[in-house]
Amino acid sequence: MLEIQKLNARVEDKQILNDLSLSIKPGEVHAIMGPNGSGKSTLGNVLTGRAGFEVMSGTIEFNGKNLLEMGIEERARDGLFLAFQYPVEIPGVSNMEFLKSAVDARRKHQGMEELSSFDFMKLARETSQKVSLDPSFLKRGVNEGFSGGEKKRNEILQMMLLEPSFCILDETDSGLDIDALQVVASGVNAMRSSERSFIVVTHYQRLLDFIVPDYVHVLAGGRIVKSGDKELAKELEAKGYGWLEGEVA
Amino acid sequence: MTASTAISTRATEAATAGNAADFQQRALSLAAAQSGPDWLASLREQGSADFSRTPWPGRKTEQWKYTTLRSFQDFTEADWGAGKSVAGVKHKDAASAISSQRLTLDATNLVFVDGVFDAEASDKLPAGLTLFSRADNAAQKLIKDYLGRIAGGVDSARRNLFAMLNNAWVSEGMLIHVPRQTTLDKPVYVAHLSSQSASVTVSNQRLLVVLEEGASAEIIEHYVSQSDEQQVFVNALTEIHLGNNAQLHHTRLNLEPESVSHVGGVYLNLQRDSRFNGFTIAEGSRLKRIDYQMNHCGPGAELNLDGVYLARNKQLVDYHTTIEHRVPNGTSKEVFRGIIGDRAKAVFNGRIHIHKDAQKTLAELHNRNLLTSNSAEIDTKPELEIYADDVRCAHGATISQLDETALYYLQSRGIGPSQARVMLSFGFINELLQGLPHEEIKVALGAHLTALFEADRSLVSDVAGATVESA
Repeated sequence: MLEIQKLNARVEDKQILNDLSLSIKPGEVHAIMGPNGSGKSTLGNVLTGRAGFEVMSGTIEFNGKNLLEMGIEERARDGLFLAFQYPVEIPGVSNMEFLKSAVDARRKHQGMEELSSFDFMKLARETSQKVSLDPSFLKRGVNEGFSGGEKKRNEILQMMLLEPSFCILDETDSGLDIDALQVVASGVNAMRSSERSFIVVTHYQRLLDFIVPDYVHVLAGGRIVKSGDKELAKELEAKGYGWLEGEVA
Repeated sequence: MTASTAISTRATEAATAGNAADFQQRALSLAAAQSGPDWLASLREQGSADFSRTPWPGRKTEQWKYTTLRSFQDFTEADWGAGKSVAGVKHKDAASAISSQRLTLDATNLVFVDGVFDAEASDKLPAGLTLFSRADNAAQKLIKDYLGRIAGGVDSARRNLFAMLNNAWVSEGMLIHVPRQTTLDKPVYVAHLSSQSASVTVSNQRLLVVLEEGASAEIIEHYVSQSDEQQVFVNALTEIHLGNNAQLHHTRLNLEPESVSHVGGVYLNLQRDSRFNGFTIAEGSRLKRIDYQMNHCGPGAELNLDGVYLARNKQLVDYHTTIEHRVPNGTSKEVFRGIIGDRAKAVFNGRIHIHKDAQKTLAELHNRNLLTSNSAEIDTKPELEIYADDVRCAHGATISQLDETALYYLQSRGIGPSQARVMLSFGFINELLQGLPHEEIKVALGAHLTALFEADRSLVSDVAGATVESA
């Protein structure tokens, strides 16, 4: 589903990703862990095509297509979704209007009809309850004045409405208390299927108790220095990243 | 080199002065031709005298520093002036034009066409609403007590030339009078239409609002034009007196197209514990200059004013607001936002003057601007003059472009960049629309703006490094 080969990327003059390769098949959940500055968030931004994250060399194939040739919105319409570490507040644009525009764009791309306003509102209300977000949040500006937990739940709400085939969760657990974490995790688990894949970027093993990954990778210095199964996450939690730095060199 | 520059500058000024004199002369002869009620003659005469004594604003006139009146040169060519009434003839197809442009509100609907009251298109006037031309003795007395005095109460150095001209031309207008402790049943919606006619249309609009102690009301003024091309000059002046504890919601929509020049003002006196909630929006045109002059005359009054301006092509829009805090415990909050594109220009001058006796004043003024072109210009100038020592006063003015992070966020959800820009531009303004008291106006304005942003990309582009000039 996603095939990253020898990816080198930089932000301004600083190279962040070094020869990173990663292959993800349908239905798999890959956790990516690593110290600050190792390139975890950069990977998400490169995958979505954010301006300022420049790919120097390497290839990314997404469902057989060259992802790097696609625009930001095309990638999203094709089923790529990034849950932001810091969701953006957009006062004046209602959350409902935002969600409907996004879902309309994806449905249109898939050759489906747009949902009527009535049907969409019903769907959005039901889905918001699944992530324990009061439907009143749909009327507010996008993420406007939302707490950290509410913003993250709003990200999961978007993911559930858009039904992407590939999801990247960028430190979705940061700033969440245990209740919010469970809400987010059960939202993600409800979405798991044999067709849908995930990259779960996190600092902490805690999230992986709830979202159990098939693979765990350690990113350091812009490349994957170690891969394993869920036991690797526990080892990292116990030992920290220090013991791996020798392996990087 | 220096000498020749000086000469050419002088030559230009002389040319402008010539045209201005022409304009002033025509304006005065038009004033002399007004045959309105005799009991308004003294106000007209006073207006003419004030207008003729006031020097034509130039680049060094502080109040007009960023807004040229050069477009008035065009009016000298046209056939308006001697013998014509500013309250002209009603045109046949005006009624249908009005019906397509007016808002549908559960309100007392009043229609003026080129300054003339259109009784057919209007609802029956409820008690308290009186046309100047039909005023009985009691109404005449009330009008004479207030008309021209609220606008005339401004410091002589700061008086607006066109407010004087409005006095000079006044022959018709509407009085909205709400007696003590009463509430107007319905909002009053006043639509002002500039009709399509052969020559330049000049119209003088006048609204006088008197809310006595404890009275409350809601008024919506809506300015529209039938033609996109015809030159129209509108001078619209609103004076508002709020008695002790009175409350007014006031909305002023200036949505006339590019061909309309509009100089207008809202002059407001707030007595003790009265409350004013205002909203105004102006789309740019060849000239749109709107003054809000608000005076805290009695302690404890509260005023909120939200404003929006949008300018594109080579349009100009200029808001000058002044708040005078003369007495203690007054509260003012003003929020203005603008989007300026193409080669358009906007001016926002927000003055807050806190006199030495106005202790415990709370005053806030915020102005945010979005520039969507490298050639667009905004001159924003918060002006604070504070002579009292125990006050709280905050102000800020910002100029920026569309937020790249927000744009990325929307795109990352599959929303195309052009739709995303429309959403962001609209959102920037929509925050202020949300404060409007009527769902109908919110919806109508929302639809109007979205259509505008979708049809004309100039207000939704993003530019890197647009020229920023802050005064």
